[in-house]
Amino acid sequence: MTIKEPSKTQENKVQEIEQVQNTEQLSNSSANIGPPLWLLAELTYDCPLHCPYCSNPTELGDIKKELTTQQWCQVFSEAREMGAVQLGFSGGEPLLRKDLEVLVKHARELGFYTNLITSGIGLTEKRIAKLKVAGLDHIQISFQGADPEVNDAIAGRGNAYQQKFNMAKAVKAQGYPMVLNFVMSKQNIAQIPEIMRLSCELEADYVELATAQYYGWAYTNRDHLLPSKEQLVESERLVNEFRDQQEGKGPHFIFVTPDYFETRPKACMNGWGTTFLTVTPDGSALPCHSAKMLPLTFPNVKDKSIRDIWQQDFSFDYFRGDNWMPQPCKSCDEKEKDFGGCRCQAYMMTGDMHKTDPVCSKSEDHHLIQQAIESATNPSKAIVKRINHTADKYTKDPSLNITQMKI
Amino acid sequence: MITSTTTPSFNTMFRFQWEQAQNCFVLLFPEGMVKLNGSAGEIMQLIDGVKTVQQITDALQNKFPEAGDLSQDVIEFITIAIEKKWLYNDH
Repeated sequence: MTIKEPSKTQENKVQEIEQVQNTEQLSNSSANIGPPLWLLAELTYDCPLHCPYCSNPTELGDIKKELTTQQWCQVFSEAREMGAVQLGFSGGEPLLRKDLEVLVKHARELGFYTNLITSGIGLTEKRIAKLKVAGLDHIQISFQGADPEVNDAIAGRGNAYQQKFNMAKAVKAQGYPMVLNFVMSKQNIAQIPEIMRLSCELEADYVELATAQYYGWAYTNRDHLLPSKEQLVESERLVNEFRDQQEGKGPHFIFVTPDYFETRPKACMNGWGTTFLTVTPDGSALPCHSAKMLPLTFPNVKDKSIRDIWQQDFSFDYFRGDNWMPQPCKSCDEKEKDFGGCRCQAYMMTGDMHKTDPVCSKSEDHHLIQQAIESATNPSKAIVKRINHTADKYTKDPSLNITQMKI
Repeated sequence: MITSTTTPSFNTMFRFQWEQAQNCFVLLFPEGMVKLNGSAGEIMQLIDGVKTVQQITDALQNKFPEAGDLSQDVIEFITIAIEKKWLYNDH
């Protein structure tokens, strides 16, 4: 799932906003805590695909410990009561949950705007219709390439492209807003013009050209995924060229480039514990989908209410405000803009979750980013394909070594 | 060009609803939200694909008699809303 950058345009009469300040003062936090506007429900980590860019944790957890229908409905009710308004059904592959329609119905009745973030594998016209009846607002289908060869090689499954293509058409035909998410990496970035043409053919409303972020499996495979600066510059040029000739018609394209080539980090999650709330398949509540890796104990929705989690949990409070910041962040005049960047990225690269995100040129660890860029020009380890729960039964070795990617 | 006879209608990709937690009307769309301030919310409530800009303005004048001439405000807002594709322009 990619995070939309907050819009920068301010109109006289309207405001586009991702973060809202709640007028209630909450005594046990240094900052005003707004509502968790965006709830991401990771229903399962199981999945029929094997994408090497997947940001799920490489430890997929015990499938038997997944939350029940009732437990998820409780989470939705509590979050909605706190002012959450966007709900993403994600995973793994959310279609693998047989109770998906029940969950959608409950969420919609609560007043959530519901988003299904899916690979499209397992979707049928009948199910698209059932989900519509249940009240689903939008379906986002991922693509891994502009044609079957590239798409299916990356996804690790034959016929994936054809299925996605057919389902994208069906989603549109049944009157949903149709959103495509092309996950971009070195493996497919050369296909940008074809991807944009395909998006027009499918009559998509929004298209995210989202460079994979390096968490989970994607971090392991980063050398195989991270595009070069030249590739990104050329891609940006092609995207702008295509946009110009659209003359305001057709899909709205959003191109998200890797933060590794910036000198300032992204405002990760719009700030820790300010806007986004992720609940994982086993009920762990996290400020972002990769936070589990950090040396913090996160609460579980089975034990704690959403209100207590959001307003009173030590781990959620931990990086709110700026008291936790070391230098240079603490004295930086941009700290309220990017909050020192991503905690998970700082932890993965430096071993210390407090440190400045190495993407920042002010970070003493910035050379690690440069090393990563260099390393990606010549990968030393083989790419690791995602292993799924269903495959676990037959594989003792947790990694499948594929030494040759046929592109 | 928006005139008093323009009949705006909702782009069904956006959902318009009152958000208690924000104390305002919002527009919801895939993975996003637009907060509408007081006057924008009032105007949007009157959009139904049948009322013309004139009828919307008249309804608002009735609701807020002390507000003075609202026709320019209404036209300005509806122009923005159409540019942003929240509304369609049906003549």
